[in-house]
Amino acid sequence: MAGLIARRARKQAAFRWIVLVVLGVFFVLPLIAMVEFTTRGDQQTWSLLVDWPQLSETYPDLAEGIVASLLQASFTALMMLVLLVPTAIWVRLRLPGLRRLVEFICLLPLTIPAIVLVVGLAPVYAWVNYFLGGSSLTLVFAYTVLVLPYAYRAIDAGLSAIDVQTLAEAARSLGAGWGTVMLRVVLPNIRSAVLSAAFLTVALVLGEFTIASLLNRTNVQVAINFLGKSSATMSVAVSLAALLLAFFLLLLLSLLGDRRRASR
Amino acid sequence: MPRALVRARSLLGTVPFFAYVAIFLIIPTLVVVIGAFAGDEGGASLSNVRALKESFILAAFGRSILLSAVTAVIGAIFGALLAYALATARPGGMLRRAVTAAAGVLAQFGGVTLAFAFIATIGLSGFVTVFLRDQVGVDIYSGGVWLFETPGLILVYTYFQIPLMVIVFLPALDGIRPQWREAAESLGGTTWVYWTRVAGPLLAPAFLGSTLLLFANAFSAYATAAALVSQGNPIIPLQIRGALTSEVVLGQQNLGKAMALGMVVVVAVVMTLYALLQRRTARWLG
Repeated sequence: MAGLIARRARKQAAFRWIVLVVLGVFFVLPLIAMVEFTTRGDQQTWSLLVDWPQLSETYPDLAEGIVASLLQASFTALMMLVLLVPTAIWVRLRLPGLRRLVEFICLLPLTIPAIVLVVGLAPVYAWVNYFLGGSSLTLVFAYTVLVLPYAYRAIDAGLSAIDVQTLAEAARSLGAGWGTVMLRVVLPNIRSAVLSAAFLTVALVLGEFTIASLLNRTNVQVAINFLGKSSATMSVAVSLAALLLAFFLLLLLSLLGDRRRASR
Repeated sequence: MPRALVRARSLLGTVPFFAYVAIFLIIPTLVVVIGAFAGDEGGASLSNVRALKESFILAAFGRSILLSAVTAVIGAIFGALLAYALATARPGGMLRRAVTAAAGVLAQFGGVTLAFAFIATIGLSGFVTVFLRDQVGVDIYSGGVWLFETPGLILVYTYFQIPLMVIVFLPALDGIRPQWREAAESLGGTTWVYWTRVAGPLLAPAFLGSTLLLFANAFSAYATAAALVSQGNPIIPLQIRGALTSEVVLGQQNLGKAMALGMVVVVAVVMTLYALLQRRTARWLG
């Protein structure tokens, strides 16, 4: 039996390496091509990309898009947390009958493609334009809806892992108000779930293109696409940088999730 | 305090959430659904939905469905192989962690950046195109530049479909217990019997469900195609772009909404089937 298991382990290892190498070539080749494409000749693409003043002077649209995306990502994360965390806790504590409805609404954007949402959002944004102007920051409203499914699942998993009811009752019996219960009792206990919801939100917003481009607002993806028509090299460089940034965000998230499990 | 009053006060706490989703999710959905059945002068009308039968729209729907189906099947097969390779690796290992993170990026973050990745790779002056032309003497575009048409879309979509399969299929593979294999072996079953009689049937609902999810994902995708295709609107998301950005053709103001509704119907059917299969998967591999 031991010999059989060792033989299977060897076979699995061989299979693993064949699959990884073949698919690895398919997935790594475009990344290598991006590096090669951006370092051809004596172009200064990469040194320009890390030199912010120079970059914003040479490619003002790109700089504007990068700033817009970073602002959108942070404000969407904030908006999502303010909207979702208190509601999720409150529904669990006081209105368990509404949980299915809230879950259904939060997962609804999964069945509505972003391109369809844009069609419906156009009239709503006509009003947003009227009241708040056409700033690219107004996209935060649409993005908060877009990240609802991912953020909800992260926060709901965090809340399922602790006994919210008992914690809240204990705090209430010691005289805490609802604000204290949420901010100082429940929130610290779901810290890592909140953090992963925020990470996912940032990654999704940094990659968003559909809504921004069709509502005539800018972000980094719109800028990359626009720049591609005049300077493909710079577009490819920013694309690669954005992919790597998202990769490290998600890798960090997976390491964080592990530390949480280990510390429990 | 009377019970009704307590309940009303509890409900008050959810008002911000419901008000927000009403404005930015429910109203847009209703705009699409109602708009699809509204005439240009107001009032109910079936003319938009009837216009979906026009040949260019039907062709775009057909191409969208073909593109999604082909990339879903390719993505499901290769993604499942990759997921199995990862499932047999050490669970907390760096290999698995890095591949999963990379899969997350490519599956959900892609969009425009992937279009440019492929322009750098097999664009007209891309790395592979130039290498093959100068070193090997093969011109991959001798039959026309296919990167910016449906074959190109299939290739680029595969690049984000395989990673998505890894993400959605890996949990099902992790649910397979080694004891099942040992049980099959102790009863004299070979590897072939184990895969066709035990693991295969258990994984089939998860595999089919994941394939459906991949289909919905490709069908809804817009950014990659928008960045890659600038001439013509071969697939339905690009037709909607055309309807949104071009001059409104008289008598077709709500055509975009009808096409959007058509997309929602397709995705809703696929996702319902997915949810049913998911329930079946959870019985054994949850």
